Amino acid sequence: MNETMLQRLDRYARSLVPFSMTVVLVLLTMVPMPIPSYALIVPMLSMISVYYWVIHRPGLLPPAAVFVIGLIQDLLSGAPLGVYPVVLLLVYGVAYSQRRFFFAKSFLIVWWGFLLISFVAVLVNWALHSLLLGALISSPAAVFQFLVTVALYPPVSWVLRRLQQVVPRPAEILVANVPGP
Amino acid sequence: MNYDKEGLIRRLAVPLKGLVQRFTFLSLVLAAFGLMLLGKADTLMEQRLRTVAADVIAPVLGVLSQPVDFIDGVLGQLRELAALRSENERLRQEVERLSAWHSVARQLEAENNSLHELLNLNPTPRHGFISARVIADGGGPFVRSVLLNVGTGDGVAKGQPAVNGDGLVGRVTESGRRSARLLLVTDLNSRIPVVIESTRLHAILAGDNSNQPQLVFLPDEGKVPVGARVVTSGFGNALPPGLPIGVIVSVRGRTARLRTFVKWNRLEYVRLIDFSGKDEPSDAGGAERAAP
Repeated sequence: MNETMLQRLDRYARSLVPFSMTVVLVLLTMVPMPIPSYALIVPMLSMISVYYWVIHRPGLLPPAAVFVIGLIQDLLSGAPLGVYPVVLLLVYGVAYSQRRFFFAKSFLIVWWGFLLISFVAVLVNWALHSLLLGALISSPAAVFQFLVTVALYPPVSWVLRRLQQVVPRPAEILVANVPGP
Repeated sequence: MNYDKEGLIRRLAVPLKGLVQRFTFLSLVLAAFGLMLLGKADTLMEQRLRTVAADVIAPVLGVLSQPVDFIDGVLGQLRELAALRSENERLRQEVERLSAWHSVARQLEAENNSLHELLNLNPTPRHGFISARVIADGGGPFVRSVLLNVGTGDGVAKGQPAVNGDGLVGRVTESGRRSARLLLVTDLNSRIPVVIESTRLHAILAGDNSNQPQLVFLPDEGKVPVGARVVTSGFGNALPPGLPIGVIVSVRGRTARLRTFVKWNRLEYVRLIDFSGKDEPSDAGGAERAAP
């Protein structure tokens, strides 16, 4: 009894890894770096994380968690409230609907998918900011931010893949693959 | 029979689950849009939310930014070590040059004081300073603001300007108990009354999220000189006059661009200027300007 309780706690803790890891990535993007113009092109690490977990372990990062992550990012970065939840939920929604396509595909295809989805997400991010600030923002930095984010996908996803070994394999993925009666 | 029932439940449950998931997803997206509207309509609530979040996270961010500062410091020291000789020579020359300026400044200060006395001018009040460390700077391309590790507990209040050794950095827009948000002068929402030092032309410094903010509302008369220094004018009494901001690098029509003195990628510490008794000088300033 005692042991199963511990096991259950352990499983809960490990299933929280995708959420907590994404929050850590949000915090990391806030750390000031002594790199020229870094604050302007700071990579959207949370987007990488959301995309990664939705494709590899969709059950462990529910939309509500994605919403909360986006809210944290808005609150800390000073962006208008609600922008990042929309952007991250967009990434979540598109990646979730296409996850069967990405299933067991090569890394390059997954990366290509990230490029496309994050491009749309960056556009939406720009449009929402422009709308809420009441001005068309011309921002070449946004293009660089997009490129930096795409370029950082391989190393960040490598780290996340290492972490994925800790995360419990949810039963629902097994169930979903069993053909119905 | 039993198998049938189970099959039925499964056949119903799967699409139902999908529906529920889709419903939650859509309602979350709607909630996010609702937040945007709410943030626009009720800025006070938004600010309160932000300050609470920043207060909670500030200690974590303070710790996270420590190693970066440390490594940067070590690298900086190594670089300085390499350039020690030439730096020493340069500083020696600068001291010579500045000591001449120092005596000039002393003379001018004495002269200025005696003239002030003659005119019976209101003295500019002395200000206090609050030193703060920048702990978060991740706004991305659309927002230029940073978080500081000081708050109302340290005497920080909304509206206080922040300077570093180079010049004006920005103004406090929100202040929590132990954290504060600083809107940089380069942000799209930043508007600062300034004056061109050599020609005394007044203008507004407007950020546009790039590293080089714009001067707008320049008056028609007078030429805008490239290379001239721009400082705060102190109009509206939101900022003390004379804080250096930058030099003009390009002029196009009635707008000009500034290269700021502050280096935006090296923003580690700032000093917040604490004006206490802010209302009284405001009246005095008005009277001063109205007087012939």
